Formats: sequence, C-alpha cells, structure tokens
Amino acid sequence: MEILKKVHARNLATWAKDKPDVYVLSADLTGSSEADLFRDTYPERFLSMGIAEQNMLAFAGGMAREGLVPLVHTFAVFIYRRAYDQIAMSVAYPNLPVKMFGFLPGVLTPGGATHQAIEDIAVMRALPNMTILESGDATDIESVLDVAYNVNGPVYVRQLRGEVPRLFPANEPMRLGQYRKLSEGRDFVLLTSGICTEEGMRAVAALRDCNVAVSHYHISTLKPFKHPELMDEIARSRFGAITLENHSVIGGLGTIVAECMASYGVAKPLYRLGIQDTFVHGASRRYLMREYGLDAMALIGTVEKVLDRKFGIREQDLMETYTPAMHSDAKPEAL
Amino acid sequence: MNEQQWRDEAQRIADRIRLRVLQNTVSRNGGYLSQACSSAEIFSALYTRILRLNELDVPLMPGDFTGTPGPDHPAVTGAAFNGAGRSDCDNFILSPAQYALVLYATLVETGRMDLRGMARYDQDGSAVEMIGAEHSPGMEVTTGSLGQGISQAAGIAFARRQRGDQGRVVLLMSDGECQSGEFWEAVQAMSYHKLGNMLIYVDVNGYQCDGKMTSVMNLEPFHDRLTAFGARVYRIDGHDLSKLAELGLQPACDVPTFVLCDTDPCRGLPILKGRYPKFHYVRFTSEDERAAYAAVYQEMAKEVR
Repeated sequence: MEILKKVHARNLATWAKDKPDVYVLSADLTGSSEADLFRDTYPERFLSMGIAEQNMLAFAGGMAREGLVPLVHTFAVFIYRRAYDQIAMSVAYPNLPVKMFGFLPGVLTPGGATHQAIEDIAVMRALPNMTILESGDATDIESVLDVAYNVNGPVYVRQLRGEVPRLFPANEPMRLGQYRKLSEGRDFVLLTSGICTEEGMRAVAALRDCNVAVSHYHISTLKPFKHPELMDEIARSRFGAITLENHSVIGGLGTIVAECMASYGVAKPLYRLGIQDTFVHGASRRYLMREYGLDAMALIGTVEKVLDRKFGIREQDLMETYTPAMHSDAKPEAL
Repeated sequence: MNEQQWRDEAQRIADRIRLRVLQNTVSRNGGYLSQACSSAEIFSALYTRILRLNELDVPLMPGDFTGTPGPDHPAVTGAAFNGAGRSDCDNFILSPAQYALVLYATLVETGRMDLRGMARYDQDGSAVEMIGAEHSPGMEVTTGSLGQGISQAAGIAFARRQRGDQGRVVLLMSDGECQSGEFWEAVQAMSYHKLGNMLIYVDVNGYQCDGKMTSVMNLEPFHDRLTAFGARVYRIDGHDLSKLAELGLQPACDVPTFVLCDTDPCRGLPILKGRYPKFHYVRFTSEDERAAYAAVYQEMAKEVR
C-alpha cells in the first residue's frame, strides 16, 4: 500500500498558486493542520488569528463577503464546538464561501474528550447551506480542495493529515455528491466514510472468503446526500445495510442513511457502527477504534451476529492496514 | 522549616520536576518539555506552600480509565490526589491540560502520586492521560479546550463563596489561552461579581504552538489590560520561589488576583534553545538529537538530589 506524508500541506501550496482570492486562517495550529507550507509560500495570504476561534470564524465571514475565499485551518473540534454561533450567523446564514478544514476528526487524536470531534457532522449538518465532505485517503485529500472551492457556499471538511494511505487511484478525484463503489455483493450494502473505509475494505475482503458478498461504498459527500439508487440496492439486498463511521451514530453517516431509507420506504434493517452515544477518552487511534467498535473486526462481528454464524476470522488474518505511529515524523506538531 | 530551608526544598522539587519530565520525554521520544522548564517553580511553590490542601497518608496510585461521566457512571475525579474535601482547603485547577505531565511529576515529587503511576502515562486505557481530563491525577475539571478553565473556576469560586467556604480557587493558566475571548469574558465576570477568592497564576513563557506569541497574536500590555478589566495584577519573575509564595499567601481583596509569571521556556535546559522558536511539543528529529538530550539527562540526574 502506498503511504504518503503531508499530502494536504503540499497540495494546498501547489493548488493555491494561481488563486489570489484564497487565504488561510489559522488558530495557533498551523503546522498541526498542515498549513505551514502555505504560510511560508504565501505569507501575505496567511492570517494568524491566535487561540480565538469565535473571532476567526466571523472574521472569515467578513472576508468572504468581500470576495475572498478563507480556508480556515485548525482541529475539527475547535471549529464547530468553539465557534458554532459564529459559523451559523456569520457564515452559514449569508451562505458565504468559507471553507473549514477540520483536522483529527473522531478518534484520530489521542487528546481525549476535549480534542475529539465526535458529533461535528451531526451539528454542522443541521445548519442550512452547509456542505460536508470527508477525506478517506490521499486521493481524497488531493481533490477535496477543488470540490470545496467550487461549492457556492460554506463547506466543512473532515480532513486527514500526516501519513495516509492511497486507497483510490490518483487519477480518480473526489467529486461532489458522488460515492466510490469499492465492491459488489448481494448480501449487505456497506457504507463507510473517512478512515473507516479502509477498515471496511479489510472486512469485506475477509468476508468474501467466507462467502459473504458485500456491496461497499465510500461516502465522501455527507451533505448533500441524495442516492435513490443506493436505496434501491439496500432494498434488494438480502440482509440490509451497515454503516461504519468515525463519529457518533447520532447525526452522522448512520443517521443520514437511516433518514434516506425512511424517506424512500426501504424496509430493511440498518446496522449503525460508530461511537455509541458516549464521549471518548485519550488513547491511541488503534486502541480506540477497537474499544469503540470502529474497526474491521467490529464490522465482521456485526455480520456474524446478523447471520448467526462464526467465521473464526482473526485480526492478523485481515489485509494489512497502515496505522501511523502516534509520534511519527510526519506529524509536524503536537496537540 | 525556615524560609531558607523551604526555598532549598522547593527548588529541589522544581529541579526534580524538570528532571522527571525530561526523562519521560527522552524515553518516549517526545513530550511537553518546555512547559516543565517554564512552570517548575510555579508548580513547586503551589504544592509546597501556596495551596492549602489536605495531606495524604500515602501517595495514591492512579487507576485505569473507567468511563466518561454519565447517569450510570459517576464522574471520576482526579481531585483525590489534591486531598479534596474540607471547606477551608483550596481547589487547584489546571487550565491548560497540556501541562498534565508537569502536574503528574509534581504530584510524585510532593508525595501525592505513586511513582509507579508515571509508567502509566499516555498508556492505552490509563487515566494518566497525555492531555489530562477530570479523571486524571490532580485534575479537578476538564479544561483542555483552552480558555474554559477560568470560567469553570469562576463558577466554582462563586459557589464556594455562597457556601461560606474559606478555601480559595487557585488556577494555573498558560499565556496563550488568554488570547481567547472567553478568557476576557471570565475576567469581566470575576471582577463584576467580586470573586476575591480567586488566585490565578499565569505562566507567561511567551510561546505557543506556532511559535513566539508576539508573532502569533499579541497579548501585551497584558498587565495593563487585566488591570483595566478590574483585576488585582502582579507581574513577577516566575522562577522566583519566594515572590511566587509571598503573593500566594497575602490576604485576599474583593477582586480576583492575577500573578503574571514571566518565565523562560528553556529554564534549566539550555539545549532546548536549539529548537527556537518552536517549544510547544518536543519530538526529536533524529536519534542524535535524542542522544544529546539523554546525555543532558544523565548530567542533570547527577546534580539533582
């Protein structure tokens, strides 16, 4: 598996070259949110805003009113929790093109409850005018800037940093409102997002060997979400749908799919894997993914339960996964 | 213990806090090291003289993380390590939870936490978290979202005053978090509600994650701004143990007291200057650099009692 380092940092600097309207705003986490290369390359288009997110978001709204495109960079949790009213009234209400890049979503940070964005999709999705994207690999990271930039309005992006795998072909960019189909099968329809897509791919490969066929989709546009064809497929599937996400099961991908199924009258079970309505604590990513059931083994366990079968799949039998060390070189700064 | 004996002992504890955090950083190839360098004397003065805390019979052993607070799981509090309980005791609230390791080291050096607890630092499933939460040793509230510690402390101070407690609410802050609007809202409210039972030490080391604070967002003239918001403000050398203690023991007045402690993020560890201007988190860039720090540790360990 190809592993890339600091994809967003390099991509942002290259991408912004011929876009003089693009500015980057940072709240004292410039290296930590991979905006350092942009800062060093275009210092006149970089604004350091200090540890003061409420002001940063409303300030970005002001800039956007005057035709600039502010790309807000900080940890996901500090965007929506610390500045929600500012996002609602100074950005979302006037439908301004402020693009928010939230890093370390969900359990990606070992920083504990204060640093873990576990309900960001839920609250941001409830805002009118908001578009929500989530990157799942290096190819998504490389193309999400174009997608966000071309949306006429505010965009919230759950973005990845540091060392990331390339799961999807480099020449097949993320596109607004389009999913990626990763496997075909009639037993279950699996929808995953972000880092959970890699887990889904591992589980699907192992389940295939046990004669369980899963139709797997990677979802990078969480809002808007309009996919009647997926609802048809869930309706036709033998056992229903499963969602797996690095987020609370309340308000995230699981809820999005549930709402959609209800609207289309899809009478099939939906199994929602994710953080089960609890705050999380500080520990390593791999540990938390196992503890909260966000990994391939949790997915396999769900399928076993539904089918009332045991496959005897062991963690070490699964396709190799890549988990960067918590303190790897590519992590430019701390928390 | 006379003044000189106390100062010697408090300095020894400050030195050992730095030593312990250095040891941890070298062994883990990373850590919040500059925070120990800048705040070691503040922590030492707080735990040896300023804070009125219940004594503990034996150092406590931190446990595992058992769950977040909820109806079926009462909040686990790290306040036990501060001997919490009596109405004349102080609360100690650490606002930048990124300083947790310095707090843990302080608890060990002052006989409040079992040394074996340090081995549980940042281990999966442990309560001794890298960025502490209220279940972590010595932590009374969850504060790692910067700027919120002071508001929570103010609420606690108000409630304690209503109850007639003699104990104060003592807060340690970092300077970077004072950039947030909430900080100034809190000072405004503390002055307005005359929360004289609050004592706030600010570790003014002048640096934050992105580098030198004046290159990120200016806070100065900090002293004047705070005074204008109605607080009683002192600005001192944050490595001067006697001055730190003296201001922490003076009688309260009817507004909150701020002690702005000018500190050096490389104090006691000159090798750290090589990383200027980025001191927030030390991750060694090579095995050579790590070895150099390990050598400094060996030297320091010989000198520190």
